Amino acid sequence: MRPSGNHPSASIDNWPSSDLIGSDRSGLPRAGEQGDVDAVLAVLQHVLDPEVPVVSVVELGIVRDIDWLDERLVVNVTPTYSGCPATEVIEQHILEALVAAGYADPLIQRRLSPAWTTDWLTDVGREKLRSYGIAPPVGSASKRSLTGQSDPVVPCPLCGSEATERVSEFGSTACKALYRCRDCLEPFDYFKCL
Amino acid sequence: MQNMAQKNIAQTTQTPLTDCLLRLGDNALVLGQRHAQLCGKAPALEEELALMNVGLDLFGQARNWLGYAAELMAAERATDKVDADQLAFRRDAQDFRNLLLVEQPNGDFADIIGRQFLFDAWHVHLLDGLAHSSDPRIAEVAAKSLKEATYHLRRSSEWVIRLGDGTEESHTRMQRALNNLWQFTGELLQADEIDQAMLAAGIAPDLQTVATRWKATVEEVLEEATLERPSYDAWMYTGGKVGHHTEHLGFLLAEMQYLPRAYPDATVW
Ligand SMILES: [Zn+2]
Repeated sequence: MRPSGNHPSASIDNWPSSDLIGSDRSGLPRAGEQGDVDAVLAVLQHVLDPEVPVVSVVELGIVRDIDWLDERLVVNVTPTYSGCPATEVIEQHILEALVAAGYADPLIQRRLSPAWTTDWLTDVGREKLRSYGIAPPVGSASKRSLTGQSDPVVPCPLCGSEATERVSEFGSTACKALYRCRDCLEPFDYFKCL
Repeated sequence: MQNMAQKNIAQTTQTPLTDCLLRLGDNALVLGQRHAQLCGKAPALEEELALMNVGLDLFGQARNWLGYAAELMAAERATDKVDADQLAFRRDAQDFRNLLLVEQPNGDFADIIGRQFLFDAWHVHLLDGLAHSSDPRIAEVAAKSLKEATYHLRRSSEWVIRLGDGTEESHTRMQRALNNLWQFTGELLQADEIDQAMLAAGIAPDLQTVATRWKATVEEVLEEATLERPSYDAWMYTGGKVGHHTEHLGFLLAEMQYLPRAYPDATVW
């Protein structure tokens, strides 16, 4: 499925980082190797988050690294939350998609560090969340956003109004909070900053 | 006979490091299970979702800590298989190393929030220190957990303030919960030999530093909540960290461990 040769760690590096992340992703892949990484990304682009089935694992920012160990494809995946019940399912779906695409015996590795942050959600991913009815994270992850010292204005994903209020710190899953729009009166999930 | 062998998983393999990991994992596991017991019983739908999600975070953290402990134990024994599930479901109460605070029963909503707040305020400062551990595996699990615990503290603090500075009824209940739970906070702040060994190895932070920060957080929130802080010099129950538990843990474990113990050969749940 891929040209032979030794491939150094080919990091996916077009996502913003914050001081919480402590990014250790070093450098873009060298010319000529990007094609291999792109081919894998194209496959993973069809693997959706089972809990938000409009956003792919790539758009969610949980695919951290694509590499080859000798001839074997190695994909590093990071969980969103320690207890995310979808972690195993997502890893299984990634494995199945890669096998179906012809990659022989790919290795899916779980990586905890640096810890996932919503800053890694791609712009396309954010837009897909919004059109699905989930407000994407506002601003970037920081200690202040986690402690609630700087609660952002979260526009309603349904009508765009900024007259919204938080109902609960948690929504239908750990990664979301529950909000309510005071204009259209609809409740909605907010994909909170982490 | 099988039970005897299982009971010894922890006893025969403990080193200060595995003990430290069991403490971290058991705190998260037991408090997570208290949350699980509230499934379908929370006072409001929104709070039910929140309680379940906090519990889920804690279970995830427990799996990370106990998974590491199990690997160390398995390497030490070289023969028997030990994994996080075995540690969670096949140990008896005296082999659990969690704080007495987290095993206290659910009671009313003020009890639930009070227990969570006193724990969260300690957990974030502990994890903050552990995120700089000399053990890289501990550092990465702690860094991940810290983000979650910070958000938990935000929620529990808000509730303590809302209940404390709320109606006469909510204030009375929040104060009563605080007074009842306070006697279990002593061992959060007192270092024993295991804590000392971990500090000396650069693996865990100085509990005195954690204690200072815990007190500052607790004082700040209680003041805003118009609640009275019980005395630090009050008499305290201790023993959870070395396996001497209150009677509540046994009942919690009996419920949590029933299925895996009744069907030890099951491979699919
Ligand atoms: Zn609206």
